[in-house]
Amino acid sequence: MNSQKSFLKVKNLTKIFRLGGVLLGEKLTAVDDVNLDITGEGKIFVLAGESGCGKSTLAKIILGIHMPTSGEVFYKGVNIFKKGFYKKREFKREVQPVFQNPYENFNPLVRVDVFLQETVRNLCRENNPDVIREKLNLVGLNYDEVRGKYPHEFSGGELQRIAIARALLTNPKLLIADEPVSMLDASLRMTILNIFMDLKKMKTSTIYITHDLATAYYIGDELAIMFRGNIVERGRVEEVLSRPLHPYTKLLIEAVPKADPKQKIRKEIKLRKLEVKEFQAPGCKFASRCPDALPRCLKERPKEFNINGRVVRCWLFER
Amino acid sequence: MTATGFMRTIVEVRGLKAYYSLLGQFSNREKRRWIRAVDNVFLEIYDNEILGIAGESGCGKSTLIRALYGAIEPPLNIVDGEIHYKLDGNEITINKEKSSLWRIKSMWGKFMVYLPQGSMHVLNPTKRIYEEFLDVLRTHIREYSDMSKDEILEAIEDYLSRLGLPVEVLKSYPHQLSGGMRQRTVIALSTILKPRIIFADEPTTALDVVNQAATLQLLEKIQQERKCSLVIVSHDMGVHAQICRRIAIMYAGKIVEVGPVNKIFEEPLHPYTRFLINSLPRIGDKSRRHGIGGAPPSLANPPNGCRFHPRCPYAREICKEKEPPLARVNTNHHVACHQVN
Repeated sequence: MNSQKSFLKVKNLTKIFRLGGVLLGEKLTAVDDVNLDITGEGKIFVLAGESGCGKSTLAKIILGIHMPTSGEVFYKGVNIFKKGFYKKREFKREVQPVFQNPYENFNPLVRVDVFLQETVRNLCRENNPDVIREKLNLVGLNYDEVRGKYPHEFSGGELQRIAIARALLTNPKLLIADEPVSMLDASLRMTILNIFMDLKKMKTSTIYITHDLATAYYIGDELAIMFRGNIVERGRVEEVLSRPLHPYTKLLIEAVPKADPKQKIRKEIKLRKLEVKEFQAPGCKFASRCPDALPRCLKERPKEFNINGRVVRCWLFER
Repeated sequence: MTATGFMRTIVEVRGLKAYYSLLGQFSNREKRRWIRAVDNVFLEIYDNEILGIAGESGCGKSTLIRALYGAIEPPLNIVDGEIHYKLDGNEITINKEKSSLWRIKSMWGKFMVYLPQGSMHVLNPTKRIYEEFLDVLRTHIREYSDMSKDEILEAIEDYLSRLGLPVEVLKSYPHQLSGGMRQRTVIALSTILKPRIIFADEPTTALDVVNQAATLQLLEKIQQERKCSLVIVSHDMGVHAQICRRIAIMYAGKIVEVGPVNKIFEEPLHPYTRFLINSLPRIGDKSRRHGIGGAPPSLANPPNGCRFHPRCPYAREICKEKEPPLARVNTNHHVACHQVN
């Protein structure tokens, strides 16, 4: 019923990677039972978490690069991994990626405008080269300055803007931006983030993937905190960051170094001695570090509980 | 820490120019080009302080810290200027003479240590951690070379627990430790000889925020216990705000502003610093922030005059022609800008 309205819906998505050989190999659950629902136009949805928490894998599954082990991704009510998914082209047109490293995105031997023209030729409805000029203007570049140049002739910030312009050529409804500013310098970071802010007016939504909670607060509307493959807390950005519920979110917010010498971290942070395989933990994956852990947390995987519009995956909030 | 009190200078950098040389084809010396990574830098490091060096990537901050440590090997060359060290009665100066670099090498380890970028990967994967500690102690301290292994291990355990690190670490291999624990073990290992200066290049960059906070706390603890000097290079202004007492802001190979941490964050004077601080997003503040237009200049061919002038909205004629000197504004607060001076 609801899937009619929602643009992109992720349901019980799980991805298990196999490491090593068939017999001796280990399993790594990179994405574990994730539910997401992206509705409405012009929203910025932030996925935040530490490195290795599975946020990039989730993005790649949504883009159709990886196959999920189980679970479904619905695009306008149709499962994109079902055989005979007939809207593949339309899906590619409406969901576009922007990746982390602008230097690796472009083939160094190919002129950058070729990428733009190829996207127009392959994906756009009309083969209209004027759209390139228009989208480059949107990100603050001039087509005449871009034309005929190779990637090494641009700075990282310019290349990332070209990558965003390329993603915008097809007039997408959703951009999936995987750490788009982490490779850029502080002075250029805001310019790129402001482009995503401006795209909200054009009814383009963004899934912004980051490890930086300060930029998440700056541009985000909704926030999901990921931990070891699970989404542990989900809700509006202001609420999650100002009144965190899940113990992991609390720890994360406490540990972020604030760019203000008056707000120093006073509390001593305790780390565990050795690497514990939290991915394979039978209960809550955070239980071994959690200050409020119940005996139940070590045995049973917590369910998602809904509290005033926020979703928290923690036994403490069971009613 | 008061900003005004008298502090002893232990390292003084005077007009340092450290360039990377790029030879032309077939080592053609006439076509040699210079990458001016550190250009005419003046800086003082005091005893018992934490100094942060901040700047964008490619601004020369890592080169500056390497030069400060005296690790100058081709293609890096000191072209001009000198660094003067006053450590426990020893006075050493390094300049463009190759022979001056030999003396500084005797100071490494005991008087100053350098934690390069990605130093958590330096541990030997086939050795247990305690073997690394034994190696360091037996090579550097004469008394330890005759002691038995158990006696030394006891001393190491004592040392680790004083720093708040778990003793179990010693018996494990590097791959069994998490990244944050490995980084903290390396910091403990490198500072076991009680150096007077610790140079740390991006000590927390590859770590998660939780590990980052723990690593910064360890560095601060070591500094406070020993009353030594700590120099931290980082691009993350949050790290500097957390731990530093003074910050030097670098832009395109030059130090544009040096001052106490409160002054830099609250009343930055140089236009670049002002933009940098204003562009930092903060949790709890959604007001629109702006980046700086343009891109940092190439260090092979930097612009004349002030290096920030092509991007600076307040640039005047003088900025394009004359290089601004790093001038004193207040005690401890120096700015290189024509507009301010």
